[in-house]
Amino acid sequence: MAKRIDVQDLDIYYGKFKAVEGVSMRIEPRSVTAFIGPSGCGKSTVLRTLNRMHEVIPGASVDGQVLLDDKDLYAKDMDPVAVRRTIGMVFQRPNPFPTMSIFDNVAAGLRLNGVKNRKVLSETVERSLKGANLWNEVKDRLDKPGAGLSGGQQQRLCIARAIAVSPEVLLMDEPCSALDPISTLAIEDLIHEIKEKYTIVIVTHNMQQAARVSDRTAFFNLAATGKPGKLIEIDDTQKMFNRPSEKATEDYISGRFG
Amino acid sequence: MSASTPKQGRPDAAAEDVRTLEATPSCSATRVVERDAEPAGPAGNPRNEGASGHKSGGRAAADVAARIIMWGAFVLAVIPLVWILWSVVSNGLELVGSPRWWSDDAAGTSARRPGGGALHAIVGTLEMAAVTALIAVPIGVLTAVYLVEYGRGRLARLVSFMVDILTGVPSIVAGLFIYAFWVTTLGGQRIPFAATLSLVLLMIPVVVRSTEEMLKLVPNELREASFALGVPKWKTIVQVVLPTAFSGIVTGILLGLARVMGETAPLIILAPYTKYLQGDLFANLMATLPTMINDNRTEVTQAAIDRAWAASLTLILIILAFNLVGRLIARTSKVKA
Ligand SMILES: Nc1ncnc2c1ncn2[C@@H]1O[C@H](COP(=O)(O)OP(=O)(O)OP(=O)(O)O)[C@@H](O)[C@H]1O
Ligand SMILES: [Mg+2]
Repeated sequence: MAKRIDVQDLDIYYGKFKAVEGVSMRIEPRSVTAFIGPSGCGKSTVLRTLNRMHEVIPGASVDGQVLLDDKDLYAKDMDPVAVRRTIGMVFQRPNPFPTMSIFDNVAAGLRLNGVKNRKVLSETVERSLKGANLWNEVKDRLDKPGAGLSGGQQQRLCIARAIAVSPEVLLMDEPCSALDPISTLAIEDLIHEIKEKYTIVIVTHNMQQAARVSDRTAFFNLAATGKPGKLIEIDDTQKMFNRPSEKATEDYISGRFG
Repeated sequence: MSASTPKQGRPDAAAEDVRTLEATPSCSATRVVERDAEPAGPAGNPRNEGASGHKSGGRAAADVAARIIMWGAFVLAVIPLVWILWSVVSNGLELVGSPRWWSDDAAGTSARRPGGGALHAIVGTLEMAAVTALIAVPIGVLTAVYLVEYGRGRLARLVSFMVDILTGVPSIVAGLFIYAFWVTTLGGQRIPFAATLSLVLLMIPVVVRSTEEMLKLVPNELREASFALGVPKWKTIVQVVLPTAFSGIVTGILLGLARVMGETAPLIILAPYTKYLQGDLFANLMATLPTMINDNRTEVTQAAIDRAWAASLTLILIILAFNLVGRLIARTSKVKA
C-alpha cells in the first residue's frame, strides 16, 4: 500500500495543444502533496495523467514517464484499467451514481470488477464509509439513493467509493470547492486520517487548505494564455509558504499574482 | 422547457447563473423588437393606453395583436384535433363498447352484416409491434451507443448521416423496398414478417435518435467516476450509462412503437388483410388495425363504415396507452433534461 510516484519530464497534450510542459517531480508515499497555481495552468491535467484518466479525452496524449514505485504507468504492456484500479480519484463535483443506493455506490467499484460475495461487500462498504467519516450519518439508510445526500455527504460518499477498491494512491481534484466550510473541515480531517495509508495528491485553490492539509506543495504556473503550464517548484509546504525559492511562488502565495 | 427546469434535479449554481445571464439579453432583444414594431402600430391607441400603466399605446397594440395571432394559431391547430377525436369517438364508441369487439375476430361479418370483433386485428398489430421492437430495439440502441460512446471520425459521421436519411424515408418507400428485397430479389412470399421488416426500417431511426439524446444527457462525470474506479469502458456503459438513461430510452422506444403501429402503407403492400384470427407471422395473411380500417373503408355500407370507425378508435386507444406508459416511465427518469 501507498506507493511513490515519480514523474519524469512529462509533456501533456490536448490534440496539438501542449497544455503542460516538462514536469518532473517525486510524490512521496504516505504524505499529502498539494498542487496549487492559477486557473488554467494545468493542475487538473497533470493530476489526470497520474492515473491515465487524461487519455479518456479524445485526442489527448502524453509524452514522458510516470513511475509508480519504478513501474512505468505508460509502458506498452500497462493496462490503463489496472492503473486506475490502483490509483483512485475524487472529482471536483460530487458524482455519485444516481441509479444506485448509498450501499451500491460504495460497492460499485468492487461489484463492477466482479466481486459478488455479500459478506465481503458489506464489510468493505462499512469499512470504507467509516474511513470516509460518513458511516454514522448513513448507516440507517444504506438502501436510500446516494444522490439524496447533502453535497458534503455526497463528496464523502465519493471518497468512500474511491477507497473501497483499496487504491494505493488517491487523487483529489478540488474536492472541497463545492462544499461549505464545515464539510470542508470534515474532508480535511479525513485527509489527515487516511494519509497514513495512502499517497494523496490534492488540487486546491485554497492556500489555507494547502497549508493545513499538505506535507509538500507543488506550484504550477503558465507564462501566458496559450502557452503550456509548467511546474515552478515543489518543496515542503512549510518552506513553500515561508521562504519559497522562486519569486513567482512567493507572489502567488502572498496574493500579489497577476 | 425552462419552466420545468426548477422542479427537476438541481442544476449547479454556475449553470443557473449562465441561465439568468442568458435570459437578460434575450429580454432586451424582445424589447428592441417591440420598439421596432412601435411605429407600425397605431401610435396613440386610446383604448389600450390605460390598460397597462407604463406601456406606450403602440406597444400595447402590438402586444394585443401578437396575442390574437398566437391564440388564433392555437385554436386553428386544436380545432381539427378535437374534430377528429370527436368523430372517431362518436362513430366508433358503440362497437368498441361491445364485448364482442375485444373477444372475436370478424368471421361471419360482411358488408351487409354489422358487428363483429377486432381481436384478429388487435392481435396482429400488437404482435407485429412486438416483433418489430424485438428487432429494432437492439439495433437502434446499440447504434446509439456506438454513436455516443465510441463513434469518432468518418464512420460515425456516415452512420449518423444514414440514420438521418432513414428518418426521412416515407413508409411506402420502406414497404416497397422490402417488397423489392423480399419478394422480387429473394423470391419470397408476401408475408406479415416482411411487413414487420419494413416497420423495423421505420422504427430504427426513431430509436437511435431518442436513445442518442438520452445517452448524451448522462453526465460525463459519471463515466469518469466509473473509469476512475478501474471499470472497463464496456462495463461502464452497460452498468452505469445505460441504467442511468434507462427510463428515457424505454420512453423513446414506446413512442417509436406508437408511431409504427399506425403505419399502413407497408402493411397494405406486404401483409394482406384477413377477417380471421391468424397469429402466424409467416403465414400469408394477417390482420392489423390499419389494414382493417382500410379494408372496411372501401365498402360503402354502414356496417363496414362503423367497423372502420371502431377500428380507428381502437388504434388510437392502443397508441394512447403506449404513450401514457411511456410518459409514466419518463417520470421516473434518473437523468434530467
Ligand atoms: N478537455 C480539454 N480539451 C482541450 N483543452 C483542455 C481540456 N481540458 C483542459 N484543457 C486546457 O488545458 C489547460 C490546463 O487546464 P486544466 O484544467 O488542467 O487547468 P487547471 O490548472 O486545473 O485549472 P483550474 O484551476 O481552473 O481547474 C488549459 O489551457 C485548458 O484550456
Ligand atoms: Mg482544474
